Amino acid sequence: MRAIITVVGRDMVGILARVAGECAKINANVIEVNQSVLQDMFAMIMLIDISKITCKLGDFGEAMDAIGQEMGLKIHVMHEDLFNSMHRV
Amino acid sequence: MLNTNDILETITMIQDENLDIRTITMGISLLDCADSDIHVSCRKIYEKITRCAKDLVSTGCEIEREYGIPIINKRISVTPISMLCGVSGGDQVEYAKVLDKASKAVGVNFIGGFSALVQKGFAAGDRELIRAIPEALAITDQVCSSVNIGSTKAGINMDAVAMMGNVIKQSAQLTADRDCIGAAKLVVFCNAVEDNPFMAGAFHGVGEPDTVIHVGVSGPGVVRAALSKAGDIPLNEVADLIKRTAFKITRMGQLVGAEASRRLGVPFGIVDLSLAPTPAIGDSVAHILEEIGLEQCGAPGTTAALAMLNDAVKKGGVMASSTVGGLSGAFIPVTEDAGMIDAARAGTLSIEKLEAMTAVCSVGLDMIVIPGDTSAETIAAIIADEAAIGMVNQKTTAVRLIPAVGKAMGEELNFGGLLGSGPVMKVGTKSPARMIGRGGHIPAPMHSLKN
Repeated sequence: MRAIITVVGRDMVGILARVAGECAKINANVIEVNQSVLQDMFAMIMLIDISKITCKLGDFGEAMDAIGQEMGLKIHVMHEDLFNSMHRV
Repeated sequence: MLNTNDILETITMIQDENLDIRTITMGISLLDCADSDIHVSCRKIYEKITRCAKDLVSTGCEIEREYGIPIINKRISVTPISMLCGVSGGDQVEYAKVLDKASKAVGVNFIGGFSALVQKGFAAGDRELIRAIPEALAITDQVCSSVNIGSTKAGINMDAVAMMGNVIKQSAQLTADRDCIGAAKLVVFCNAVEDNPFMAGAFHGVGEPDTVIHVGVSGPGVVRAALSKAGDIPLNEVADLIKRTAFKITRMGQLVGAEASRRLGVPFGIVDLSLAPTPAIGDSVAHILEEIGLEQCGAPGTTAALAMLNDAVKKGGVMASSTVGGLSGAFIPVTEDAGMIDAARAGTLSIEKLEAMTAVCSVGLDMIVIPGDTSAETIAAIIADEAAIGMVNQKTTAVRLIPAVGKAMGEELNFGGLLGSGPVMKVGTKSPARMIGRGGHIPAPMHSLKN
């Protein structure tokens, strides 16, 4: 089972570190990261393995949302199945 | 890894374009709760609903959080209560009270099935249930009622149509102090479907399993946004674009429905491929029609645009789901759609135009506020007209009219929430009383004989 984390917002030091740190806390393995900075806008899509996480994905999503608000970013955590079902026949 | 654009597209749909699962509806059969003693019957109903649906809301919320997709409503539909009335007799309002209590106990926001199916005639319990509807809707908060008065196979029961004219008026009168909300919870159907997840017309048909999970998707905002980005393309390409969008929306419904069914241990029923609007800005079916190129919904061309939209939604959705059912089409409830409300206020949208529109889409004359002094016969005749469209075209049609007691043209009712608000619309004043007074039955059309 995998989930996708998206982060969008103004660039600053430590975004990737913070998000990756939170993933480590719940034992989620980062599989792939795709990030870019356009002018001063930061955009990142991170694929994580959630098969061995230590909390519910919903709780993690809410925690990340709160961190996003604290850092002035928009962070979404969504189950990969949603994207697969919508975009793959 | 997934395509970045696909990921961003999904997030934009949910965040900015109001994409959501409109409802997860659990159908529960109450046939095994029937008892000759109404009190025993009610006790069994309460026990069964609270047992079967105890995890419905929490599971819905869990899926919502995990997948990051909003699930707006969790609801329950039950076996038409008239069948239980037929066995128990007694005061039918008791059934409405127990449904309301059970629905509040499990935390859903509506429960449908205070219903009767009388397209061919009245069986034991049917008349009593229909007479009890106004009081039942007035004293309960979450109970929804529906009555099927016609079908392509059976024709139209005009005695029932005449009764429903009165029942709608009384339902509004008994709740006049609450913006006539009683009438907003009552639908009169022709060709009612047994697996409809949407309120107020949901009930659990007798051919359904003991319990089942149905899902209704939404997403007018997503369709509109896709059209807006595409610019001035020919209509066949517009239809293709709608199909592609409907496919994605429905896949999401299929995923959520299958997941809810798995977690609850209840069989998965259907995905209802509907475009269901809400009064929120950007969640309007009327705005899709306007995006297609109409100055305002209701303008000449509206019926054609709606026919194309409705067809494209089905074509896109049908491949995305293993089992499609319910009403499956674009809804046009006036008070629940920001664009429709504006068009009705401006006078662009009339009841007659809406009637034409209902011939090409699901479902019918829905959430239309009419003057409070409209006669019961006129309401019955509007029901008959709409039922005739359904009967002849072999489709579901419905009527949900709200007589605004004490209000006339130019005034408005405001229900709040998903039911929205809307202006009183003009109704023809010439009387159909003699025709309605005849009663009897309109025979089924020739093409009902298919065997």
